[in-house]
Amino acid sequence: MRHGRWRFLLGALVPALVLHVVFVLSPYAQAFYLSLTDWTGVAGQASFVGVDNYVRLGGDSLFLDAVRNNLVLLAVVPLVTIGIGLFLASMLRHSPARLGQGYRIVYFFPQLLSLVVIAVLWSFVYNPNTGLLNSGLRAIGLDGLTRSWLAEPAWALVAVMAVLVWSSVGFYVVLFSAAIEGIPAELFEAAKLDGAGRWATFWKVTLPLVRESVQVAFVYLGIAALDAFAVVQIMTVGPGGPDGATEVIGMSLYRTAFSYGKFGYASAMGVALFFATLTLAVLALRAGRKERLELA
Amino acid sequence: MTLLRERPTLETTTPPARTNRKFPNPLPQLAMFCWAVVTALPLLWAVVSSFKSDKEILNEPWSPPSTLHFENWERAWTAASIGRYFLNSLIVVGGALILTMLLGALVAYALARYEFRGNRVIYYIFVAAMFFPVFLALVPLFFVVQQLGLLGTYPGLILVYTAYAVPFTVFFLHSFFRTLPSEIAEAAFLDGCSHGAVFFRVMLPLARPGLFAVGIFNFLGLWNQYLLPLVLNPDPDRYVLAQGLAALSVSQGYRSDWSGLFAGLTIAMLPVLIAYVAFQRHIRAGMTAGAVK
Repeated sequence: MRHGRWRFLLGALVPALVLHVVFVLSPYAQAFYLSLTDWTGVAGQASFVGVDNYVRLGGDSLFLDAVRNNLVLLAVVPLVTIGIGLFLASMLRHSPARLGQGYRIVYFFPQLLSLVVIAVLWSFVYNPNTGLLNSGLRAIGLDGLTRSWLAEPAWALVAVMAVLVWSSVGFYVVLFSAAIEGIPAELFEAAKLDGAGRWATFWKVTLPLVRESVQVAFVYLGIAALDAFAVVQIMTVGPGGPDGATEVIGMSLYRTAFSYGKFGYASAMGVALFFATLTLAVLALRAGRKERLELA
Repeated sequence: MTLLRERPTLETTTPPARTNRKFPNPLPQLAMFCWAVVTALPLLWAVVSSFKSDKEILNEPWSPPSTLHFENWERAWTAASIGRYFLNSLIVVGGALILTMLLGALVAYALARYEFRGNRVIYYIFVAAMFFPVFLALVPLFFVVQQLGLLGTYPGLILVYTAYAVPFTVFFLHSFFRTLPSEIAEAAFLDGCSHGAVFFRVMLPLARPGLFAVGIFNFLGLWNQYLLPLVLNPDPDRYVLAQGLAALSVSQGYRSDWSGLFAGLTIAMLPVLIAYVAFQRHIRAGMTAGAVK
């Protein structure tokens, strides 16, 4: 029996562990080392340069554009998405059951699509001549508002953010409305008896009780905002947009590595992105812990 | 992070408290309707456009097709190689999904139901990987795959996809296997079943709901994968669907074939749409439950 137990455990764990070490752990570990070298892809020709790559990042204007754009995405996309998501989720509570179910089905669908499909679709929507958006604006007489959304530096990043929000709102509507349905009905009734309007009920009852879901949403959307690679790479001109208006860290990293062959430098960008992600997760979790103490 | 005490049952839609019936507020209904239009309109527009001629697409973007141009679909499928990309995706995602589910379930079960030294360490080694951005691994991963001679091959993509999908699968199924009752397994052991037989014949069938939920999640994630094939799969003959579609949409040669591109886009959306229509409630419940775990 003991013998069989160990043989089973080895058989169950070893294949997955081997894959994990070869394709996941070792690349992550190597990335940290590579970021301290000037490696250009030739075997055995990497010299150690210390933190030079990181110093260079600080003076690389395109990379700084990328960081700025990712920060804008980080500030806007989660907030807007969660705002719309919470609004629609709390409205769903008031709509007839069947209709609400129908809305959930429609809202959720974009979540299932590949970001590639979404990016290609929206590059058609934004097309200055034949796109849905501009021709729609022309049809209702708002010709003045039409523009080449993805080619104008002032609008390209806004257009990208709109796509990210569009594609993720539905998921959070469903997530939040599941959380809202978990709130005991008596609480809403008590609020109503106390004369609380919808607005007050939302702030005083709904929001505090779905806070944990909102926190999870911030982490997920924050990570998505630090990425945004597929949408930018496929949708915007350049890629990287007009004047680097939509450059993101992932884009810089990809180009530096696989177009320019500067693998050491690209790895430094990867490490920077890793620490950004880590900081985000830690901040969100600590914020959450504080809230819980306040509630207790 | 177990945030919801119980699984959200999305079916229970009886609103807890009806609003004041004397003053029905039309604004919320309007807002919900508007967002439904904003969501559905671009998708419907793409599907409708895939049946139009190039001329109609250029001149009347909002009007329906005068005749249904099914040849757009045929052209996209054959001339634009969408058919081949589709087949490549099926092979790679199918292989990776089977392997992911098998390895993920084995690891999750072994870690959830057996006590041994290093159990926790192995669990965290897997789960920690979920918190690292794939971009960080990208450069070294390219060279690892290259050195193994797996660049641009089906097995290479399948193994890498599997390696990156296993951590979440383990994380999800680990808690699932913990909740299963142990009496049935003990009875099977008494009947002389081996450890492997208990897993495959007893525990795996019991875990079917969990396997189904994480299987759908993995299918969507793998089917929609873009960054990994972009870097590891440079041969146009082996492009997966997302990769091929992205390449078509930026390649100058197909820039003018609008109807073909719309058809390709619609073909790419179709399998996901069909799966969604068939399993929509399970998919929404499974994916949102996965997020808050």
